[in-house]
Amino acid sequence: MDISYHDVLLVGGGGAGLRAAIAVAETNPNLSVAVVSKVYPMRSHTVSAEGGAAAVIKPGDTLDEHAYDTISGGDWLCDQDAVEIFVKEAPEELLRLEHWGCPWSRDPDGHIAVRAFGGMKKMRTWFAADKTGFHLLHTLFQTTLKYKTVTRYDEWFVTKLLVDEGRVQGATALELMSGRIQAITAKSVILCTGGCGRIFPFTTNASIKTGDGMALAFQAGAPLKDMEFVQYHPTGLPFTGILITEATRAEGGYLINKDGYRYLQDYNLGTPTRQPVLRNMELGPRDRLSQAFVKEVEKGHTIDTPYGPVVHLDLRHLGEKLINTRLPFVRELCLKYENIDPIKELIPVRPVIHYMMGGVHTDNDGATPLPGLYAAGEVACVSINGANRLGSNSLPELFVFGARAGKAAALAAMEQKSPSEHVVSQARDEKLRLEEQFLRKTEGRERIATIRSEMHTAMENGAGIYRNQTSLEKAADKLRELRERFQGIRIDDSTRTFNTDLVAALELSFMLDVGSAIVESALDRTESRGAHQRTDFPFRDDQNFLAHTLIYRNPDCSTRLEQSPVVITRWPPAERVYGLKSEAEKSRSEVGHG
Amino acid sequence: MAETISLEVLRYSPERDSDPSFQCYEVPLRKDWVVLDALNYIKDEVDGSLTFRWSCRMGICGSCGMMVNGEPKLTCATFLSSYAREKRPVRVQPLRYFPVIRDLVVEITDFMNKLQAVKPWLIRDQEKSPSEGEYIQTPEQLDRYKQFSMCINCMLCYAACPVYGLDPLFIGPAAIALAQRYNMDSRDEGAHERMDVLAQHEGIWACTFVGECTKVCPKHVDPAGAIQQYKLTAAIERFKSFLMPWALK
Repeated sequence: MDISYHDVLLVGGGGAGLRAAIAVAETNPNLSVAVVSKVYPMRSHTVSAEGGAAAVIKPGDTLDEHAYDTISGGDWLCDQDAVEIFVKEAPEELLRLEHWGCPWSRDPDGHIAVRAFGGMKKMRTWFAADKTGFHLLHTLFQTTLKYKTVTRYDEWFVTKLLVDEGRVQGATALELMSGRIQAITAKSVILCTGGCGRIFPFTTNASIKTGDGMALAFQAGAPLKDMEFVQYHPTGLPFTGILITEATRAEGGYLINKDGYRYLQDYNLGTPTRQPVLRNMELGPRDRLSQAFVKEVEKGHTIDTPYGPVVHLDLRHLGEKLINTRLPFVRELCLKYENIDPIKELIPVRPVIHYMMGGVHTDNDGATPLPGLYAAGEVACVSINGANRLGSNSLPELFVFGARAGKAAALAAMEQKSPSEHVVSQARDEKLRLEEQFLRKTEGRERIATIRSEMHTAMENGAGIYRNQTSLEKAADKLRELRERFQGIRIDDSTRTFNTDLVAALELSFMLDVGSAIVESALDRTESRGAHQRTDFPFRDDQNFLAHTLIYRNPDCSTRLEQSPVVITRWPPAERVYGLKSEAEKSRSEVGHG
Repeated sequence: MAETISLEVLRYSPERDSDPSFQCYEVPLRKDWVVLDALNYIKDEVDGSLTFRWSCRMGICGSCGMMVNGEPKLTCATFLSSYAREKRPVRVQPLRYFPVIRDLVVEITDFMNKLQAVKPWLIRDQEKSPSEGEYIQTPEQLDRYKQFSMCINCMLCYAACPVYGLDPLFIGPAAIALAQRYNMDSRDEGAHERMDVLAQHEGIWACTFVGECTKVCPKHVDPAGAIQQYKLTAAIERFKSFLMPWALK
């Protein structure tokens, strides 16, 4: 079996992975870095991020305000020490990207321009028109090309982490082009594989977002944290799930129901104004907006389409000039994929699975409790996102924690010996498993697409915007059944070269594991907080649940749940209040669970 | 039975086939389906061994470029219904001029090497630290290179370029446009370093200004314009180096 040796192994080549790779190279230029990605790095899902990246840069804004918006937006489940690090280091990281060439949009005087964003009290979202993620990813990828110590494994799929003597020492990976399976060893490993939106049927996430890193860590014994918090973005296009960025609302777009009524005013999100007001109405947080949509469906105020009920996003009053300069991609997407021109027509939208607040449990340096293993970006849960992430916080998170994880992993690698022989024999076992379970198997009957689509239905019905014990238990039972049926999976493709059928099967097994972790964590949290809304426990319960949920997989494949405390530094838990409300009203207002 | 449409898809497995051949599939014709949806329908419901790349399904990741009825297209942005009136099946083939790995998947290592060769990163004589703030760049300065920065590396322009088809050493439209993206960026000082790669024979001189690259670009980048622009710059620089060798760095 082929083996390659590196000092630091990155799994995933998106924003977090590439930033981490550069951080390793800058920490110690003698370290050998491997970036393993199942797609060419510039295809990574960071590319799809539209709206922008938040960081305090303008006079009149403060780090404390960014921290407060993040913490209240996260319904007080964020670790406040992590948030303080995040808001402090975000401006420097975004400036670094500027120095590497990111074409940030500018003010007339040539300084960085900022725009408003949902849940943010000040304008602090940097943007590159509405293709921010695309520009950031290509800037980073092109910049990594100058580092000679970074070796890329493009289109390699990681199937397993190699753990010996309690330490992660590499991974087994499949090269798609040749079908070769080999060990890639390293002294530290960083997971940067992003989220898992594809567990659900209707998502903004690209087809590659199958929770690989979460499953790899979970199977290796590292805990997943706060998996019950799954973010619905309030404005996705029906059928395709294509995201219409929050920047549309920040620029002044309205959300209206079938009567043309700005319905958010009925859900404690403030009063309608002509111009957008920060933290008010359409600029409320994503969880609250998505929940308001469900209530409108129940009242019969939505519009029926072949792809389910929708509401309308109205940009017509913004005018052609603003739409073309600030939201060109939105117009392009509407024209190309919906045959709708937002300058003249209403855009049909519905909530759509967008982001995982939860992920692999890490500390503020990206280290997981499993020695040698690090994680950064959406795959990780530090946590700065708590129970609900604010729009434009995820991009800076990639760079702040990608850089921190890269540095920490580099320093750790310098202290480690080369991997043991056991690691190689583990990789051999894994190769055998893949061949026996998939490539040489002929008797399988279950189609990948069937199990996948039953998983989608189970997740949407059981663990959607609103959940309860009955819905979650049903989903848990169904996932158990699907995991058993997966043993009888049929692979149509028995050849080696670029076997995407095998990859789809491996991704499905990862998704079934991560889906189960989501459902089990959601069952355990008998309160409602942020994106986790239990109809049977409709209120936030700080007495029992101001804590993170940790889920572990035991060696016998059973699971166990634990709680870990939330770090509170300077912002004691309070009510979440949005809209134009006076301080006096604030104390009277009912919060959060409508 | 709902309306259907026929697809002729090029299949090739290096382990099984000596030559590529077309396979025909009947798929539902739905108003909002793109060619990529049809391929996914085949993979999910008919034959899991059909092999193609895709990811974002929103025209930004650049994975799903293929030849559709002989034209390079992003299959996620190409509606099936636009072929419904034609009496023949929709023909789906791998991108032209690239080696085929399997079915609709082509090898793009050549491009990746060329991209790296043009040094697509910001080069400064003196780098500023982040604590000193941003490099100032006015919206007008941004506009000078912005369109070249929109390249998604989808390879449609290479599949459209007859020069690349004849001479694989030609560095090609996207790589040249990306080099120009940095050359035209007011923050960059690396144009002279990129000159070596760009001004050689396989660089810009090979382009005969067919302009097909610009026509097929799904992101409205104008690689043909970048190449012509650079030819002019390079000609002037060459002239200068001939007359006044001391004037160059």
